Amino acid sequence: MKLASLFSGGKDSTYALYLAKKFSHEIACIITMDSQNKDSYMFHTPVDNVGYLAARMQLPLIKFSTQGKKEKELVDLKKAIKLAIKKYEIEGVVTGAVASTYQASRMQKICNELDIYCFNPLWQKNQIALLNELIKNNFKFKIVKVAADGLNNSWINKILDKKSIIELIKLSQRYKFSVTGEGGEIETEIIDCPLFKKDKPVERTLFRDTTSTESSAILKYFL
Amino acid sequence: MMLVINLNKYKLHDLEFIKPITDLLTRFRVVHYKNLKQSDLDSAEKIIVAGTSLKDDEYLRDIKSFSWIKSYKKPILGICSGMQILALANGAKLKKTKEIGQIQIKILKEDHLINNVEKVYSLHQFSTTLPKGFDLLAKSSKSIQAIRKGNHYGLMFHPEVFNKEVIMDFAKDI
Repeated sequence: MKLASLFSGGKDSTYALYLAKKFSHEIACIITMDSQNKDSYMFHTPVDNVGYLAARMQLPLIKFSTQGKKEKELVDLKKAIKLAIKKYEIEGVVTGAVASTYQASRMQKICNELDIYCFNPLWQKNQIALLNELIKNNFKFKIVKVAADGLNNSWINKILDKKSIIELIKLSQRYKFSVTGEGGEIETEIIDCPLFKKDKPVERTLFRDTTSTESSAILKYFL
Repeated sequence: MMLVINLNKYKLHDLEFIKPITDLLTRFRVVHYKNLKQSDLDSAEKIIVAGTSLKDDEYLRDIKSFSWIKSYKKPILGICSGMQILALANGAKLKKTKEIGQIQIKILKEDHLINNVEKVYSLHQFSTTLPKGFDLLAKSSKSIQAIRKGNHYGLMFHPEVFNKEVIMDFAKDI
């Protein structure tokens, strides 16, 4: 089935995309919501590097700007998915939702209204198992934002490996935050993974995105 | 051994609708309903018929595959689409009723399996009428949420999200 990946550049959405491909689905495009609201419940911020990451995967990107106002941002998300249906004839989306029923139920409603499938392959997955599975499957990722008691700025830009994951788990248990950071406690960015094409090196600086305030949709093709 | 019957049309959905259930079980076997054999039913101690995605209703076209349910003697727990199958196999009808996300249910008849349940996660666009001979255990503002006849239970909500203890309670002794 042709799917769009709802992609933030973080570990969860990238791993969900990876699983969709592993289960023989075609990823026709990536959709990224570029929210002006840093505290959005719905979307990961920042998404400055998604252009570069899309290029590494050689996938077309629909980057859709939204002010990130509660519920209005869902109208923007629906518009972005409609664009993917029209442009790439997708029949479903794949998301990295793990435990947030706020995000998952809103995605389900939008997909239901658009009569497309909604896949959430990480749904209810044990958070520690998820982190270990990412490492086992050669996903390299770093923390780009922290917002939880117990996590100071020394975590920013830290690449998560077996050792730092153990440290993060201990802190999450002590300070009671989600170790996968789905509630925004941590935001991650993929550095390397099996989805990245090795044969076509991409200059990161060429794809540093700019924020659009005027246009509602920015279509970029990197193929 | 718990037999988990899979209704998913797409395997990718197994990670979303089967894995969260089997993560709570110790001894289990997952069989897709299209591959179900009499020997699977005979060797199971209990059965969970798991739910599937909102858009996936292929199982409704294959409802005859579930004619064994009504006379099955061992415990069955039907979750969401699984409850729809249990109800249809017992003569109930489906109604278009959409509930997506967190909702509240009201317990109408005490039962150890759901006595402590209030907040549930719902993901369905059909509900069922009450099948003949079943007790109505719980309702939401829009639909029947829990039914029981003997050791056969149907839950319209997804206990694997907010109410994992329901599945663990059903699976105890296995």
